[in-house]
Amino acid sequence: MAAATDERNFKVIGTRPIRHDGVDKVTGRARYGADYAFPDMLHGKMLRSPYAHARIKSIKVDKALALPGVKAVVTSADFPELPDKMEAAGEAPVNLAHLSENLMARDKVLYDGHAIAAVAATSPHIAEEAVKLIEVEYEVLPPAMTVEDAMKPGAPIINPKLRNKEEGDKPTNVAAHIQFKRGAVEAGFKEADFIVEREFRTAMVHQGYLEPHNAVAIYNADGKSTIYTSTQGSFAVRALASAVAGVPETSLKVVPAEIGGGFGGKLTIYLDPIALVLSKKTGHPVKMVMSRADVLRATGPTSGSTIRCKMGCTRDGKLTAAEIWMAYEAGAYPGSPVGAGAMTIIAPYNIPNMIIDAYDVVVNRPKTAAYRAPGATNAAMASETIIDELAEKCGIDPIEFRLKNAVKEGDPQTAGPPYKRIGFIETLEAIKNSPHYKSKLEGPNRGRGVASGFWFNVGMNSSAVVNLNADATASLVIGSVDVGGTRAAQAMVAAEVLGIKAEDVRPSVADTDTIGYTDMTGGSRTAVTTGAAVFMAAEDAVRQLKERAAKRWEVKPEEVAYQDGVLSCGDKRMTIKEMAAQFARTGGPISGRASINLRSVGPSFATVCVDVEVDTDTGKVKILRATCAQDVGKALHPSYVEGQMQGGTAQGIGWALNEEYVYDDRGNLRNFGLLDYRMPTCLDLPQIETIIVEVPAPGHPIGSRGVGEVNIVPPPAAVANAIARATGVRMTELPMSPPRLLKALLKKRGSADTQVAAAGR
Amino acid sequence: MATVVVPALLRKLTNGVERVPVSGRTIGQVIDDLERRFPGFREQLLQNGDLKPSVAVSIDGEMGTGGLLDRVRENSEIFFIPAIGGGT
Repeated sequence: MAAATDERNFKVIGTRPIRHDGVDKVTGRARYGADYAFPDMLHGKMLRSPYAHARIKSIKVDKALALPGVKAVVTSADFPELPDKMEAAGEAPVNLAHLSENLMARDKVLYDGHAIAAVAATSPHIAEEAVKLIEVEYEVLPPAMTVEDAMKPGAPIINPKLRNKEEGDKPTNVAAHIQFKRGAVEAGFKEADFIVEREFRTAMVHQGYLEPHNAVAIYNADGKSTIYTSTQGSFAVRALASAVAGVPETSLKVVPAEIGGGFGGKLTIYLDPIALVLSKKTGHPVKMVMSRADVLRATGPTSGSTIRCKMGCTRDGKLTAAEIWMAYEAGAYPGSPVGAGAMTIIAPYNIPNMIIDAYDVVVNRPKTAAYRAPGATNAAMASETIIDELAEKCGIDPIEFRLKNAVKEGDPQTAGPPYKRIGFIETLEAIKNSPHYKSKLEGPNRGRGVASGFWFNVGMNSSAVVNLNADATASLVIGSVDVGGTRAAQAMVAAEVLGIKAEDVRPSVADTDTIGYTDMTGGSRTAVTTGAAVFMAAEDAVRQLKERAAKRWEVKPEEVAYQDGVLSCGDKRMTIKEMAAQFARTGGPISGRASINLRSVGPSFATVCVDVEVDTDTGKVKILRATCAQDVGKALHPSYVEGQMQGGTAQGIGWALNEEYVYDDRGNLRNFGLLDYRMPTCLDLPQIETIIVEVPAPGHPIGSRGVGEVNIVPPPAAVANAIARATGVRMTELPMSPPRLLKALLKKRGSADTQVAAAGR
Repeated sequence: MATVVVPALLRKLTNGVERVPVSGRTIGQVIDDLERRFPGFREQLLQNGDLKPSVAVSIDGEMGTGGLLDRVRENSEIFFIPAIGGGT
């Protein structure tokens, strides 16, 4: 990889061209998964469990099969049993047995909405009717809905085969225990002048992407098959769907459709292998599209959690010790993001003595999936609230307190390795110097809160191809699904290196047969890793251009310079346009390519400032103003970076104030529609202000860091801290919805009234 | 020699020792050396002869990408940490 480009020389990167896929999107020509249709296509629908926990005694499908128009019914018997161990299938470790059982229950149903059978019929309505004719006999079992329920002695055992290393051969709901430890914690607390300890609870929330999951599968008679689907990672779908369906991985082509949001929830699969097996069974293409209720009941929310956090500091605001216990709901199968939660919870701070114990706990809820900086938002709600309270006790401004303890290059991360160059301090300074933080906030029941967050970002694998056309435009082929404007950003990278306009690069997202292996659009890796691959592929094309020029001028390729689309050697000059027009006579097509596995990835920090006004009669919180400052390394397309920062902050505010899965005492989800699962709308939020901080990531050709995730981490704690400043009430449970906040306000008022009464006696 | 910083829950294998000097030019050889001196490491870190999918390796602050074949320098600092996925 070439040395870092001097950012002052960027001509395309950092500008704001119109997105390449914009016209297709606004005219409705872009094809989303549900838009695909094929001759003789059937429609699939799922039967889902009405119970949170039950043994399946029998399934009878005869009546469903007898309904005219029904072509096939599948149950778990139609899918192979897969090994019960972690495998590197696709892009992250996956237990294939759990994945398969989550998509089609075998012996037990483990949550309300768990899939049991699927029908393929000539219309979606017939399929829906047929689903109602499937007869299932259940033995209903008591559910364990929270980590407290699932961890207590005598709790219902959800997966009888589940064991952990510490409990030996005893059935358990605790799938894993992770610990991080540094220094001498007890001695650290002895050094502290102030210690704050609180217990926090955060609700299970959904990613809330607008487009429901979908898949169209075509199984051909020759054993080859194709899936069109809305996904964040087509190669993951290929690996996982082929394993679950029991077909060879490379017999399957996955075509990623346009995607209507994912936020991590479309990194895994739900419908793809079901549609494939139905297609194999019927010989027809099969299309499946979830309803909103299906999405909320049965696809990846992120974990609810319980976190006990204790931290201490000296009077002058130096943190001395932290002791943290955290347990995350994994859902019905192991794999919550508690490990990431543990590694992020105090990541922004240099704390010499700490111990973190983290537990992954199965509960009778849907299997959790990734959601923007998975695990970190829950964690920051706890730690950033405690940090704020310690700052208050010290009488130090909350930003100054953070600056006193902020990590910088060379400080250890929670897991041990030292940070490279990072920009946490710069995000704090950005908020400190912002018009927002410098403004006065006046009026009753108003408060300002600040919080910070950390996310790792990941590198992984990406491929890119840059084909130069005869008119010196270029086509760019990548395997990264475009969730947030990455087509445009990648085209800009190619244009930068080629010295042409971004509009002269035509980017395409290719299927799994067309481009080299590329990991998911997730982990904030696409702009970074795919960006590096595109940079290198374009460099490869430039290398070929130089070779052609060298041949023509009879000089060595290293004697040829290339800048701003012009090849030169001494007084000889030739534009890219002139050279491209002659490609057929100078050695053939010019096609640059790169496939990389990025080792060095710059992590991200964000700091968010929020002003709130609390209605003390109702408990409703109004967000008056919100500003997000984030270190993005180098913004490729600032508008899309700002969009990510605004989107993450908005989702974080939703998580803070309203969003939660509400289950009844039998374990049935009660709010499986968007009227009752309350996400923020434009009426709930002000224009979110953004401050792009650019501390280039070492080892990256452009200096970019991931931008998609860390912005969701600080908002809940920032809102909680603002509420505390406005009302004096420290909220420790998410969401801080009107009933919950009102209860806390009344409790405080009651306590104050009692004190007044006592003083008057 | 290179140094392995032992994860907290694996320190029971090293009698509580956090930093262990190790020999080996690759991560595979380092794990062989750990196993020879502190039996149990291989079971904790490997599956089917390769690193467990849930285990990531940091060598001198860089995330390993070559599994057991990743090169280790004379004074490298090595961490075994949980693998991380992301969300958007």
